[in-house]
Amino acid sequence: MTVQELPGAAAYRPTPPPAWKPLTDPAPLLPDPEPYRVLGTDAAADADPELMLRLYAELVRGRRYNVQATALTKQGRLAVYPSSTGQEACEIAAALVLEERDWLFPSYRDTLAAVARGLDPVEALTLLRGDRHTGYDPREHRIAPLCTPLATQLPHAVGLAHAARLKGDDVVALAMVGDGGTSEGDFHEALNFAAVWRAPVVFLVQNNGFAISVPLAKQTAAPSFAHKAVGYGMPGRLVDGNDAAAMHEVLGEAVARARRGEGPTLVEAVTYRMDAHTNADDATRYRTDSDVEVWRAHDPVTLLERELTGRGLLDEDRIEEAREAAERMAAALRERMNADPVLDPMDLFTHVYAERTGQLREQADGLRAELAAEQERHGEHGAEDGR
Amino acid sequence: MTTAAATTGARTAKAKPATMAQALGRALRDSMAEDPAVHVLGEDVGTLGGVFRITDGLAREFGDDRCTDTPLAEAGILGAAVGMAMYGLRPVVEMQFDAFAYPALEQLFSHVAKMRNRTRGAMPLPITVRIPYGGGIGGVEHHSDSSEAYYMATPGLHVVTPATVDDAYGLLRASIASDDPVVFLEPKRLYWSKADWSPDAPAEVEPIGRAVVRRPGRSATLITYGPSLPVCMEAAEAAVAEGWDLEVVDLRSLVPFDDATVAASVRRTGRAVVVHESTGFGGPGGEIAARITERCFHHLEAPVLRVAGFDIPYPPPMVERHHLPGVDRVLDAVARLQWEAEG
Ligand SMILES: Cc1ncc(C[n+]2csc(CCOP(=O)(O)OP(=O)(O)O)c2C)c(N)n1
Repeated sequence: MTVQELPGAAAYRPTPPPAWKPLTDPAPLLPDPEPYRVLGTDAAADADPELMLRLYAELVRGRRYNVQATALTKQGRLAVYPSSTGQEACEIAAALVLEERDWLFPSYRDTLAAVARGLDPVEALTLLRGDRHTGYDPREHRIAPLCTPLATQLPHAVGLAHAARLKGDDVVALAMVGDGGTSEGDFHEALNFAAVWRAPVVFLVQNNGFAISVPLAKQTAAPSFAHKAVGYGMPGRLVDGNDAAAMHEVLGEAVARARRGEGPTLVEAVTYRMDAHTNADDATRYRTDSDVEVWRAHDPVTLLERELTGRGLLDEDRIEEAREAAERMAAALRERMNADPVLDPMDLFTHVYAERTGQLREQADGLRAELAAEQERHGEHGAEDGR
Repeated sequence: MTTAAATTGARTAKAKPATMAQALGRALRDSMAEDPAVHVLGEDVGTLGGVFRITDGLAREFGDDRCTDTPLAEAGILGAAVGMAMYGLRPVVEMQFDAFAYPALEQLFSHVAKMRNRTRGAMPLPITVRIPYGGGIGGVEHHSDSSEAYYMATPGLHVVTPATVDDAYGLLRASIASDDPVVFLEPKRLYWSKADWSPDAPAEVEPIGRAVVRRPGRSATLITYGPSLPVCMEAAEAAVAEGWDLEVVDLRSLVPFDDATVAASVRRTGRAVVVHESTGFGGPGGEIAARITERCFHHLEAPVLRVAGFDIPYPPPMVERHHLPGVDRVLDAVARLQWEAEG
């Protein structure tokens, strides 16, 4: 029986549903489908030459830093190093668009961003050397601890930016995450919180093509990561992550927008990880050399160098100058990393709670006795191992 | 452990019955009034006042910037609280029910518990995570878990659970004032238990980490906390008829653990039963029994016994009474403490 046939059906008039309208107009939130570029386009003419030269010097130093840190793993001076070679434009731009009062929330790959923000390179590497979890005071530098669990630092960035705004401070938080990290629940929750709270946060997704071995196509089915923004009610921006000028411009706009109180932005940088996931990873298992070659032609350092040389802003002397400065940085880093850190095992119990619990006091006493016994044994055998 | 310096002074004569739920709400209110850095956030904590009404009136009094209805996402709530604490606030997070805290465990374990340690003391996180826990209220699946063992096993967290109206107030005040993160477990079946209590001078702020003897006795010690305290008190009264004079120790704080009070009691009585409703296998009782054995071996007249919930997922409400340790099970265990007679 259809509705028409029902007794009294003629009298039946369904009430229309209440009017519904979307909370937000999606159109302005959508990214352009093509990653934004400056280098090699007309837009480059408008770019500030001084900024471009600064970016260049930082890129050259950044590349050298990545190479040096990777070398330190081979010498056993670093336990592990996740290189950002190929991604330096993202790292440098992220650091340079922030004011001193702003906060950076890096992932484990973003040591370089922390260093470019002014952090002592040795302090930045202690996590990866293995002597400390975080080698620096996050409050002093306004750099959150390098974060190993994927995407968990993103809600922290939101909470911090929210708290700053509640206190009336115009502080912006910039949080970095990889393409793989965007699949984690914390990514979703952080973006949603940020948009609902209109928190002054910039999310930077470095889409470098792989999560260890897993390629982009197995990570997401979305048109782009930047497209995800519209679902949360924030703008998404797609940018060439190897174009330092474009990165600086897009992130700078997002930071300015956040500072104006207009809420968060999701920026996707399309880039490529030239090295393996870490020094311990064998990238030949999941990609070929020719895959990498395609991207080598689009190297962030070369791109900027070519642009600046073409414009007559850079000559061989200035290139050499930048390289020498980078070399000095690397030499200093090498030298300092060659010194053994002095560690006090009793520190194990120092920073668990504000005050040691009875349980920890007992365990600390036990370790102290063990250490004393160890020292006595060494003394008996006349062994001096320098510690 | 730092605790609020201020206590609220002596109780007045105008005491009238108040519930544990009211005492918790009052503790939140007093903490927020005293310190503008204290912020409450969670699901339904604003307009509704929380599903148990613990946060009732806070949004009205302090505004929704101080008592905030968040999106529905436990990891997001606790993760945002981490960032807020990084910037100098003292967030108090409400998890709606015990099992719904699980999405936030990653944030709790990896960041809340470890941030002080990760940053070598530079960035302590004064976060209080309030979690209604335990059974006995006829809740359906996922509304009755006792998860304290997970939290106890995570260094960097304090784990606190009040069993009385006074302690609910005093311990929550201390937890919020603590510079370390505290998992504050609220025994939800005691939310409506009452005590004479004056809103003018609710109770003293109780420092975290001290157990208390609720009932002195000479022949055995019942060691318990949270929802099982009333069970043990009742069992102790009932045991008098059998010739037992039971001491009842209320732990109040699982981390730090008050070894001194527990060991002193067991040395006096020579016998101990640990009572709680979470699972026995891998549960808190095993740890507590081991600590007692290590400290009191020569004083023990019998093995330390445990009375716990079964080692099963929390059962459906119509059969939960078979799972929850009741007075009879406690008395059976006490009877088994006559070790020599058995053999
Ligand atoms: C929660 C979590 N799961 C797994 C890992 C192990 N892991 C480390 S890096 C990585 C891949 C991350 O890829 P992506 O987010 O794209 O960042 P990228 O390494 O490319 O910078 C994985 C799976 C982790 N660190 N955290």
